[in-house]
Amino acid sequence: MIKRAIALLLLLAVGALFASLLAGYVPDSELNQTARYYAERTAGDIGAANIVTAIVVTYRGLDTLGEVTVLFITAAIVGLVLAQGQPALPHTPRQLRPPVGELLTTGSRMLTPLILLLGVYVFVNGHLTPGGGFQGGAIIASGMLLLLLADPLKHFSHQLISVLESLSGLLFVGIGVLGVLFASGFLDNRLLPIGNLGELFSAGVIPVIYSLIGLKVGAEFSSMLANLSEIDKTDKTEET
Amino acid sequence: MMSMSPLITGITVLLCVTMLGAAVVAIRAKAMPIAILAAGLVSLVASILFLVLASPDVAMTEAAIGSGLTTFLFFFVLARIRAAGHDDAEMDADSPDGGKNDGVRT
Repeated sequence: MIKRAIALLLLLAVGALFASLLAGYVPDSELNQTARYYAERTAGDIGAANIVTAIVVTYRGLDTLGEVTVLFITAAIVGLVLAQGQPALPHTPRQLRPPVGELLTTGSRMLTPLILLLGVYVFVNGHLTPGGGFQGGAIIASGMLLLLLADPLKHFSHQLISVLESLSGLLFVGIGVLGVLFASGFLDNRLLPIGNLGELFSAGVIPVIYSLIGLKVGAEFSSMLANLSEIDKTDKTEET
Repeated sequence: MMSMSPLITGITVLLCVTMLGAAVVAIRAKAMPIAILAAGLVSLVASILFLVLASPDVAMTEAAIGSGLTTFLFFFVLARIRAAGHDDAEMDADSPDGGKNDGVRT
């Protein structure tokens, strides 16, 4: 009873907090100084049609590197906790294939290539259209998850995933360092010519960096999913 | 900045109500798959709201991770828990967490 009362009281307090925020809300009549700088200078300085991507990859590139690092550490910890150094055992013939619907099997066969293609499209066009490396990587990982759902015993090559992941991470940082040497700073995008606004090969190294981020994020999510699915397989083979 | 047109405001209110309803269903639903689907619906409506608020990048992240990947992952884990629950039930029927697994299995 007293627990419920405390919960209700907390809820009311949070509600009052948000209500006061809402009551005091006045929409800005114009962009503030930082936003105006980004809105006016992005097209000329960075050459990216999508201002959000210009901020994420170039203006705030260091933050993105930190974000990618956090995701990497998460994936590493998931792998560490779940895998516990067990080598993935080959499937025993006794292990029954869990029943999945005909609809799921056929649908995944048809949809997975399209989903992967969409993911690649999203991160390759990150500087032109909404979306980018993180979104594209997540889409790729959901395609992988669909494969795993359709065939729970499917085995992904961990070596391929880790090689892809570390290579794209290294190249990401390497491009950043090259920016210090040959352009005006770490992760500066003017390493390559900026080109014409709105073309695929424009905005300097932004498409390259975002593609690398997309591959890295996709590989990290996929490795987490693969680890999650394999811990169960190893358990089962031990029990049987 | 322009104020929103009545149509957009109406759609937004409708979406917000849907979101709140789905959130309540996600918490109160007895059957786990329905709760998972309702949680996915909350994310989906949130991503539409982000689109209404003119932030397509955030909307894509929400749709891909919140609505897509998380919902899939919950179903994935649910299937695993069910399988593990069946295994446990076969191995030792009077396990102390039998009641817990029953709640998940419904």
